[in-house]
Amino acid sequence: MVSDTSRLGFYLLLAPILLWLVVLIILPHVGLFIVSISEKVGPREYETGFANYAAFFNEPLYWRTFARTAIMSILATVLTLILGFPIAYYIAKLTRGRTKTTLFLMCMIPFWVSELVRTFGWMILLRETGVFSNLLQSLGIVDGPVEMLYNDAAIMVGLVYTSILFMVVPLVTTLDSLDDSLIEAGYDLGGTSTSIMREIVIPHAMPGIVSGCIVVFMLSLGNYLTPILLGGKDSLWFTGMIYTQFITRFNWELGSAFGFLLLGLSSLVVFAGLKLSRQSLTDTMGRA
Amino acid sequence: MIPTVPQPAFAKWCYRAYVTAFFIYLALPLTVVCVFAFNNSVFPSLPWEGFTLAWFFGTEAPFIGVFHERAIVRSIGTSAFVATWVSGLAVFVGTCNAFLFVRHDFRGKAFLYVLMLLPLIIPGVILGISILVFSSSIANALEDATGLWFDGLRPGLLLVILGQFSFITTFATLVISARLQKFDPSLEEAALNLGASKWGAIRQITLPFLLPAIVASAVVSVLMSFENFNTTLMLVGSDSPLTIAMFDKLKQGSTPVLNAVSLLLIMVSALLGVLSLLFQGRKA
Repeated sequence: MVSDTSRLGFYLLLAPILLWLVVLIILPHVGLFIVSISEKVGPREYETGFANYAAFFNEPLYWRTFARTAIMSILATVLTLILGFPIAYYIAKLTRGRTKTTLFLMCMIPFWVSELVRTFGWMILLRETGVFSNLLQSLGIVDGPVEMLYNDAAIMVGLVYTSILFMVVPLVTTLDSLDDSLIEAGYDLGGTSTSIMREIVIPHAMPGIVSGCIVVFMLSLGNYLTPILLGGKDSLWFTGMIYTQFITRFNWELGSAFGFLLLGLSSLVVFAGLKLSRQSLTDTMGRA
Repeated sequence: MIPTVPQPAFAKWCYRAYVTAFFIYLALPLTVVCVFAFNNSVFPSLPWEGFTLAWFFGTEAPFIGVFHERAIVRSIGTSAFVATWVSGLAVFVGTCNAFLFVRHDFRGKAFLYVLMLLPLIIPGVILGISILVFSSSIANALEDATGLWFDGLRPGLLLVILGQFSFITTFATLVISARLQKFDPSLEEAALNLGASKWGAIRQITLPFLLPAIVASAVVSVLMSFENFNTTLMLVGSDSPLTIAMFDKLKQGSTPVLNAVSLLLIMVSALLGVLSLLFQGRKA
């Protein structure tokens, strides 16, 4: 029983989402791909070809930066998971009532604050005239000022800091839904802490682990601020290269190819992560 | 492992120490940002030169406070303008999407749902450049065809709004759908039985029920719009929103004015964040 008014209502609801997805997501990405396979042969003259992709593979600086960005993002994801899991477990399983709400809120506050502010905080802490350097000097551990900024470790600290909340929050949500009695039953049946972790807790938390890892990896890969501000002149990041091609060099064709490669990599990793853990995008990302 | 299972005291203390260290790590950068907003020095670093409010209210160089720094004040206005539009659009489309996905069954629904989730896994920079490339190619085509200029399709506030809207809508949709799923349709049927029109029932019964989620998603959208950097960076024209203006200043060298702005941002974000949680958590 579909009346005419409800059919009209259906199309009225369908219009905004289609308009949004087609005009702002699908067509722009198709356009990006078309530009990425255009070669400039003269002023305002283009030919179709894969020269931009060839340029990427022929220039070691480009693909090395790409690989470096990918490896550091994976490392940041793993570190975030290892550091964040015990915290999420503590909040979800070992605290109750008001303490739990307070700790959860404390986790959320940096998550709401602008990424720029968070990165700026790390700059104040780590730079030569910064807080840590002064602290070490006043404790007599070092003689002169130490520069802790502008290296890969600083980037890693910043990446983990920026994204750890996106790991902790979904983990807390999934661990919260695990019934304590299942863990108790595991002990009653003679399980050890490790075997219970491996066979009860981690399988139950899997959707949270996957969604956390996907978001953290994505955010690290697409991060621009942290590597630019905390990394030195030599520590290049792929998004920085995309920015250079687009805004500084005005070479949109090469920039689009870079963008597409980054998109390809992030989709590939997300897809592989979902397949390996047997999760679906709808189940992991579709929870608000 | 859990409170009912006894653990060795040493392990317990190690665990607690780790959790404490983690929360210190979490709080430290934000704390130093706030503290140095009050340092009476032209550089946000040690040594401590004494307490001052000049970075908020100062009028004389080099101590020009936030409220007298024209570029910053203007960029806050720009951010507020962008955030209002983004939030309004995202909540409107998000509410429509929620009704579409919760109330209707149609061919391709699952596919459309996955498509709706995609902006979550596309890096912000890519969203930015794809919209930049697409709108520029439309502008070029239109200009070639008509000989007129289409400035709205060039980097500027319109593109910033569209770029932020393109992924914030997904969040709004998820928050509002989650609440709509909990709605009991029999309430609406009762209203229809009592003689309400379909639209009247939705307006009188369903929308008030959804209101907490709508407000929460509006607040979250404003927050996300204010703090967005990557997408905005690619689409920004001559009017910069706050984060871009701060980034430009930071590249020139940091002054405690940035700390003062950051302190205000932290306070406002924390307030809005708590507000959105309160609205989301409110019982029906």
